[in-house]
Amino acid sequence: MTVVEPLTAPIELSFDYTRSLGSTLGRFMTGLAGRTITGARCSDGRVYVPPVEYDPQTGAAVAEFVAVADVGSVLSWTWAGQPMPGQPLDHPFAWALIKLDGADTAMLHALDVDSPDAVTTGMRVRARWVTEPVGHIRDIACFEPDSVPAAEWPPGGDVEPVTMVTTPVALQVQHSASIQETRYLIGLEQGKLIGQRCPVCRKVYIPPRGACPVDGVPTEEEVELPDRGIVTTFCIVNVPFYGQKIKPPYVCAYILLDGADIAFLHLILDCPAEDVRMGMRVQAVWRPREEWEPALQNITHFRPTDEADADYDSFKEHL
Amino acid sequence: MRDVAVVGFAQSRQRRRTDGTTNGVEMLVPIFADVMAGLGIDKGDIGFWCSGSSDYLAGRAFSFISAIDAIGPVPPINESHVEADAAWALYEAWIKLQTGEVDTALVYGFGKSSAGDLRRALALQLDPYTLAPLWPDSVAIAGLQARLGIDSGAWSERAMAEVAVRSRRDAETNPYAQLTGSKDVDELLAEPYLADPLRKHDCAPITDGAAVIVLAAEDRARDFVEHPAWITGIAHAVDSAHLGARDLQASASTVAAARAAGIDGVEVAELHTPFTHQELLLRSELGFSDAVRITPSGGALAGNPMFAAGLVRIGEAAAHILSGSAGRTLAHATSGPALQQNLVCVMEGRDR
Repeated sequence: MTVVEPLTAPIELSFDYTRSLGSTLGRFMTGLAGRTITGARCSDGRVYVPPVEYDPQTGAAVAEFVAVADVGSVLSWTWAGQPMPGQPLDHPFAWALIKLDGADTAMLHALDVDSPDAVTTGMRVRARWVTEPVGHIRDIACFEPDSVPAAEWPPGGDVEPVTMVTTPVALQVQHSASIQETRYLIGLEQGKLIGQRCPVCRKVYIPPRGACPVDGVPTEEEVELPDRGIVTTFCIVNVPFYGQKIKPPYVCAYILLDGADIAFLHLILDCPAEDVRMGMRVQAVWRPREEWEPALQNITHFRPTDEADADYDSFKEHL
Repeated sequence: MRDVAVVGFAQSRQRRRTDGTTNGVEMLVPIFADVMAGLGIDKGDIGFWCSGSSDYLAGRAFSFISAIDAIGPVPPINESHVEADAAWALYEAWIKLQTGEVDTALVYGFGKSSAGDLRRALALQLDPYTLAPLWPDSVAIAGLQARLGIDSGAWSERAMAEVAVRSRRDAETNPYAQLTGSKDVDELLAEPYLADPLRKHDCAPITDGAAVIVLAAEDRARDFVEHPAWITGIAHAVDSAHLGARDLQASASTVAAARAAGIDGVEVAELHTPFTHQELLLRSELGFSDAVRITPSGGALAGNPMFAAGLVRIGEAAAHILSGSAGRTLAHATSGPALQQNLVCVMEGRDR
């Protein structure tokens, strides 16, 4: 078996988290929409900013809310010389724990200063608000030294209660195929179906899994499989969904290749959906050779052959 | 309470980058084989399996399910998972053994941090309303904690550098460590800041790795090894998710867990401190005398496989007892920003 480098590809996972706020954080976010900062006074007499939902000492729902200033003092800071995607500023800045006047706890935010020399513990800072606050922590664009002249905002009118926040999240990951998956994918690019046999139980897996689920040992012996097999079980897709590429009804089936011990999912086309049955013999339909890539999509679907159906007993252990 | 002991431990070499998948199979298969060969057992001897890992790190849903392939889970096994460091999976396994349903358990953790951007991924463990939307990265939050202690005089940049030097030099005798050997303190202090007041040596490296521990109860443990590492106390506690309401120069949750576990008389303490100042903080909070040997493996500063590094601390602390070289040792594991959640596990040998 020749040595291969694992195939890798970048993927970006992103999602807009939409969260309901409840009464306490709803009050805080509604306050931000009106350019005010709200804290919660708890049984220890301390004012928590951002507010806690439940009293840390008693566990009771917080009942007393107070407005605090949008100016305060830096308790601690660190320098962000190379801002990362999503952070409040896209040029170097300081992260700071800031105790706002009227609060007894600190809030974390970005502080817009030119260099680490321009920030000190204890320095006075003020929130810089965005032009159009919506009720989100990022209505505070960042903090700035209070030596910077304060922006003037028109008097705020009544603000609609904010009940939800939406936060987009995105992470980049370099996904690696296992060595076994890599050899399988490279095989597909060459029009081959490459499985692997467990050295202990002798079962053949396709796609190869890297480890036998029965024995927990790496699978190393390669087995080239034919592109023919049987339908073990199947379903008829009648429901349309977003991104669907084939007009329903169509058939999704588990296909057990001749010589394999595990079935994989693929499509059965080129026949009426109602003609598909368990044990039916099928053969792969490949894309034109010039379109082959390291992907199972090189096989567009399986189609029936005119061979006799397999006996149920021959595949019942694969159901 | 049943007597439960660590009887086996194996770990992968800690590396900056590995070729395998993010579901950990490539790192897990060899260490499972390693730990089972050491005990002369196979998977049929394991009553319960429990893992720690994170889909955020793996960049795929249910990555821990794929990892189970490394076990050979057919026919079905008795299994569970925590989305946390596997030290917490060990806690769950310890509880399972206490129920009496099983006599053995295998605990494992894995993380391929090199696949993504660890500093950003860890921002997503923060409060999702007021913190995570700002993407404060893990090094920035540690930097805020470090400066509080520097400003108050609780520790200094020099003391932090001394921790880094000791850690890297200790790691020279750890064949699994990612970083070994160190410049001296003055040279380290001449390096630029990574996130003022933190320099690179103050921060754990980014590591791919995995670890596994086998637990056994009572007579089963005595059957397996000559010196089981009996767990005499294990507890975990958590501080507030409100970062700005915490006293970041203290670790109330570590102190609570240590009090519950009972830490008197430990000879070795493996502390899970991904940042140098956190070791200084914990040593102070735990009140160790100079006689206590701190993190002789080199610790997370020499290699920090996410979701396994806490379990590695338990394995390293247990190894002193399994080998007969110490009588009573402590392991600590941490999770969350700035030492938010902490676990303490104390072990001792009884047959010496």
